[in-house]
Amino acid sequence: MKTTYREALREAIRDAMQRDDRVFLMGEDVGSYGGCYAVSLGLLEEFGPERIRDTPLSESAFVGAGIGAALNGMRPIVEVMTVNFSLLALDQILNNAATLLHMSGGQFPVPLVIRMTTGAGRQLAAQHSHSLEGWYAHIPGLRVLAPATLEDARGMLWPALCDPDPVLIFEHNALYNLSGELSDDAGPVDLTRAAVRRQGKDVTLITYGGSLAKTLTAAEELAADGIDAEVIDLRTLRPLDADTFLESVRRTHRAVVVDEGWRTGSLSAEIAARIAEEALYELDAPVRRVCSAEVPIPYAKHLEEAALPQPASIAAAAREVVRGG
Amino acid sequence: MKEHLDLLREMVRIRRFEERCAELYSSAQIRGFLHLYVGEEAVAAGVMSELDPQDAVVSTYRDHGHALARGVPMDAVMAEMFGKVAGCSRGRGGSMHLFDASHRFFGGNAIVGGGLPVAAGLALAHAMRGEPRVVACFFGEGAAAEGEFHEVLNLAALWRLPVLFCCENNQYAMGTAFAKEHAAGDLALRASSYGLAAWSVDGMDVLAVKESARRATESIRAGGGPCLLELRTYRFRAHSMYDPERYRDKAEVARWRDLDPIDRLVAVMKHEFTDDELGALEAEVSVEIDHAVAIADAADLEPVTDLTRFVTSEVTP
Repeated sequence: MKTTYREALREAIRDAMQRDDRVFLMGEDVGSYGGCYAVSLGLLEEFGPERIRDTPLSESAFVGAGIGAALNGMRPIVEVMTVNFSLLALDQILNNAATLLHMSGGQFPVPLVIRMTTGAGRQLAAQHSHSLEGWYAHIPGLRVLAPATLEDARGMLWPALCDPDPVLIFEHNALYNLSGELSDDAGPVDLTRAAVRRQGKDVTLITYGGSLAKTLTAAEELAADGIDAEVIDLRTLRPLDADTFLESVRRTHRAVVVDEGWRTGSLSAEIAARIAEEALYELDAPVRRVCSAEVPIPYAKHLEEAALPQPASIAAAAREVVRGG
Repeated sequence: MKEHLDLLREMVRIRRFEERCAELYSSAQIRGFLHLYVGEEAVAAGVMSELDPQDAVVSTYRDHGHALARGVPMDAVMAEMFGKVAGCSRGRGGSMHLFDASHRFFGGNAIVGGGLPVAAGLALAHAMRGEPRVVACFFGEGAAAEGEFHEVLNLAALWRLPVLFCCENNQYAMGTAFAKEHAAGDLALRASSYGLAAWSVDGMDVLAVKESARRATESIRAGGGPCLLELRTYRFRAHSMYDPERYRDKAEVARWRDLDPIDRLVAVMKHEFTDDELGALEAEVSVEIDHAVAIADAADLEPVTDLTRFVTSEVTP
């Protein structure tokens, strides 16, 4: 069937709510408004205000309430409007959700799912556009997901809800209108493995989330130049499936990491370090990274575009590692 | 009367347990932070006496009294102080992070205000399932300056969540006096402005605490929405073992010590109770503490190979 990323997310929520009456959705404007990005449109009418729960603008309170409800037998899905706002709940996510199981000696798992929008590209400026999923991927105790395809938008939520521990799902805002064909029987997907989205033999391009489409576009440009790029979609940012990208790098002997987060102290740095630790002698060229410029993401379209990884900059980095610049 | 005796025993257990902890700290058998509850026992003893086993408790970093009064075994609490695997958090939490799922004790939370949202969520789950349970959420008056206090009181009142907010006003946020931290002095008034029932209680009078907790929990169980009790109390000892107490004078401490909740209950009970019986209660508590120390001392350390256990759950999704 023809669908969109937004509709696939909605169908995943609907399916989970139908499967398990412990599941409920709460967040800012998820009910009457239909969700800031219209993901939950229509669900209030279908499931009622107890299970599609509008919250006050109190990120720490409602994320923490999700933690408490999860501790007490429910399976909440908490929607945070955008990753920048999640910082108002960072205490709850780090000091409680990610910590309680270990600090209690295994007594208190927190089966909570938090969904949030991430990323730039819609001229929303510096307080709505950042890519901070790498920060969350730093935290032991969390699983961090970045669905980049219709299949993952549809399929990641249910296994996330089945996980006894907290799961964060990052939805890049540029993806909501992504449309395409999704199998009628599409359902839960594996959360443990990265995916090879394009096979190639000359260079491995490692990316995730909103940068996947740009990276695939870059790979097509490179193909026109005679460079055959492999594209890896990490899918799960923590725990990282390093085996998949290391296996690829051992075949191609070259790697470029594409990450919309800032370069310094980033997820891209982690991936480059893993390659250096595990596959340094397989490399024919230094690892390159294509990241966002180290600025708060600006409003003006030309500046925002210049700040972000783009197909041209990705392709240029790949040419450099393949041909030495 | 048995009710009085039970309250007295609970307060004496907490007092003597903590006095022993202070000694064990001096002899380096307990490390890290150690925040004593001495002087505030009436709050824990009075509130917990009105809770049912299926209710839930969220505590603070000053949590020994809450845990003991809730029924967490003293052996397991002391072993936690010693950092042993027999501890109620397997030695992962220490003094500030006592947990016990079997007593629905959801932890000492050492982020001031950090337990309030969790308590709201625990209560939300009870409410969504239609269970007449109460979540008792303890925090200090310092937390009333945190954003989470305001967010959660609003949310709890809005959704009529069955939470008993127990604000232990011991007059100091660490070393900052109430008047230096709060522009408006009346915490119950502040809480009631969010649309929930709130009143102040003499937190040095265990019978008054118990009576207020009874009224509040009855109302909450009947669907009356959340309540907040401001329990006016005082810690007799320093904030932690590192605190030289530069911020308050000895005369003030002495005035509050005259209100010692144990002495006050003993005075109420003087016709119910002989000195010999009081001595017997003290001896019984002393045996319990000796036993807890012996168990903790002899208990094993968790193997270092278990360091990363419980970062994530051990069951496969």
